[in-house]
Amino acid sequence: MGRLFAVEIVYRGIFQKTLAKNISRTIVLAAHQEGKPGISFGRYGDSPERNGIPAKNFAIVATDDVTLEEGMAKYEPQEVDITIAVDDTLAKGVESWAWYGLQPINRLLKPGGTLIVTSKEPPETLIAMAHRKECPYRLAIVKGIPSFSGLWVYKDDHTDVRILGAIAKLLPELVSLESVQKAILAEWNDPLKVTSAARSYERISTVTVEPHQGNPEEPYRFELPKWWEMREGIAIPSIPRGGAIQDPESQAMGGYRPERNPTFKKFTTRTMRPVVDFETCIKCTLCWLQCPDSCFDVTPDGLYDANMEACCGCGVCEAVCPVPNCVTMVNEVAFCDNASQWEMWKKDKESYRKWLEQKIEHRPERSHGFRYRGQYEEQIPAMIESGGE
Amino acid sequence: MAQMGAAIEQPVEHTALITGSEAIAVACKLADVDVITAYPIRPYDTVMQYVAKLVANGELDCEYIVAESEHSQFEIVKHASAVGARVFCGSSGVGWMYAFEALTVTPALRIPMVAMVGNRALDDPGAFGVEHNDALAVRDLGWQLVWVDTAQEALDTALIAYRVAEDRRVFLPCAISCDGAFLTHSQALVKIPPQETVDAFLPRYNRGDLLLHPDNPITVAPQANEDWLMEIRRQNAAAMERAHDVILEAYAQFERIFGRRYGNPFFEEYETADADVVLVGMGTLSTPVKVAIRQMRKEGKRVGFVRVRWFRPFAAVELARTLGRFAAVGIVDRDFSFGSPYLSGVLATEVRAAMYPAVRRPPLLSFICGLGGREVTVPDVRRMTDLVYQAADGKQQASTQWIGLRE
Repeated sequence: MGRLFAVEIVYRGIFQKTLAKNISRTIVLAAHQEGKPGISFGRYGDSPERNGIPAKNFAIVATDDVTLEEGMAKYEPQEVDITIAVDDTLAKGVESWAWYGLQPINRLLKPGGTLIVTSKEPPETLIAMAHRKECPYRLAIVKGIPSFSGLWVYKDDHTDVRILGAIAKLLPELVSLESVQKAILAEWNDPLKVTSAARSYERISTVTVEPHQGNPEEPYRFELPKWWEMREGIAIPSIPRGGAIQDPESQAMGGYRPERNPTFKKFTTRTMRPVVDFETCIKCTLCWLQCPDSCFDVTPDGLYDANMEACCGCGVCEAVCPVPNCVTMVNEVAFCDNASQWEMWKKDKESYRKWLEQKIEHRPERSHGFRYRGQYEEQIPAMIESGGE
Repeated sequence: MAQMGAAIEQPVEHTALITGSEAIAVACKLADVDVITAYPIRPYDTVMQYVAKLVANGELDCEYIVAESEHSQFEIVKHASAVGARVFCGSSGVGWMYAFEALTVTPALRIPMVAMVGNRALDDPGAFGVEHNDALAVRDLGWQLVWVDTAQEALDTALIAYRVAEDRRVFLPCAISCDGAFLTHSQALVKIPPQETVDAFLPRYNRGDLLLHPDNPITVAPQANEDWLMEIRRQNAAAMERAHDVILEAYAQFERIFGRRYGNPFFEEYETADADVVLVGMGTLSTPVKVAIRQMRKEGKRVGFVRVRWFRPFAAVELARTLGRFAAVGIVDRDFSFGSPYLSGVLATEVRAAMYPAVRRPPLLSFICGLGGREVTVPDVRRMTDLVYQAADGKQQASTQWIGLRE
């Protein structure tokens, strides 16, 4: 029996669908340069046509055809040598269309496997975002902002080849740099991309993440019922109505919080979150009304608190808020929990003001796609350059 | 005297000269169906005409909706049933096929719809006559399928179908197949039971915890992936399995309340007690077969007939035990299954599968006959019987033979 390799590429639905497919394909094509057979596929149950939803691609490579069969006809492998997150906010975990519950980003990693993340953040930030794992693994960072290459646009910022170069360094038994370069040239016929891969190969380094490091939270789970436990007729009970919530200061009950699905939360779709200035809110109701996910809780004092268990980070609240800077979208990497902003504000308004100012001041640029015409043209040289840092 | 005046009149049964289609319409009235949808196609359209007449005459109070296609026709009643309405629907031939998507989701959602299929050949060529391939097309999907051969049986079976389909242990749709022309367009004397008798037999439809209603907030038919499908299918398999006993119960109750006896609900046996060989078939071909059997018995041939009523659920164990008693069996299909094992009909394939585990497995012959409404004649039946006798004597012959074909 030969050796089986598995690489998982976790990406954001629609925005990075083509990027993930290209990475996955080129791994297989590069391995094929060395005579290794392989397959490339997206996780079938995912719904990568939904904005931002976590989804997966896999490249399975083996040293021979018989061994490859061990990795075929599966929705996903039991374990992988490498997990790639092409958006650093995915380090917080993955709740896809395809299963129930939250999967840690490092869940499928073999002991000693490598998590590659594209990010501008330092390792400490990413380690804190990922759930703890029972065995050590390696973290490698390919420096850059999350790339965008979905259904209609391919932003050719070399994220694809820089990741491929990193793989050649981190797992040379899978593919050599030479094979990666041959595959890149065959796919894109672009010598500059070949150079980017080589630079990434030279510069990539790893840190080891120990079992005591990372987010200690237990990810929420869901037990699938037995056939005779399920209601018949494909009927599922609705989520019950919500009710009043308690003011942490006065203990008064009031307002309204809808009950929400405890096992399908969707917040890992989020790459940015709203922060709210409760001092300037005029209680106009627009954010609450327009939020497509009903994520705003009405507080007993008539304010609107974006519930971070339910927010998908679409930014509609920021767009409809009539008060300047009352609702501001901030990159999700700036946060380490889903705590209520309103409760924080109620408990200590002065520290909340400072927290808010600091979050807004340092909010890293975050958008899906581009905010203005020409932004890509500005970003692409910077990204290619960062490969040569 | 006051007491005399208030004396309760005994419910009276009366007799009417009606077609099989009209008998089904009368059953709808007696079952007090709430929502009926229609879209014309021959021969089913006779039912919608009779239903329309009952509504127009004020004899039947229901929502009567003529849809713009069969697909909508079946979708509308599916939804009406989900909110608690007793429903009726029906079609024929390619009309039934046009509703196919709705036909697949109806059993999946455990909708106890009762439908009448006026069996008709599938296009092309366009033909009005009977073939059973239309109803049989849904045989793997969770529909209960029953064939009847007289207008009386059509009426009675429709009432039984509501009772079985709407039983909480089942909650599966039921299609009653009526052969085009011979049953749908032919008037016969039918005993129409009084309303009180039907009310005593047929409880109200209670959708229980599956009722779509604001007081019972549920979501029905969400998107589900491979984590759920097998469990959902297994539930439907269990419901179809339970239907077998629910059918037995319903016929026993029917006999007790109506005083009319059908014996074994799943198949009728005619002159089988001492038979050497039997024919097996469904629907109105029972008429020429029975006539021919009476002729042949006068000539000393001990021939019997087994008429399958319930095709789904299929009473495999009982049927295999029964057919094992004979020296040879001929299965008469008013349908075809191109490329099937031994190139035979659907019923023959099912019977063969049912016989496999049986201890006694007599030779089986498959006959394709009466397609597109071609008459199955008494000489046809005699010819098939002769071939079955030859099989009993060990003569090798083709597994499947076409009878009544110009050749």
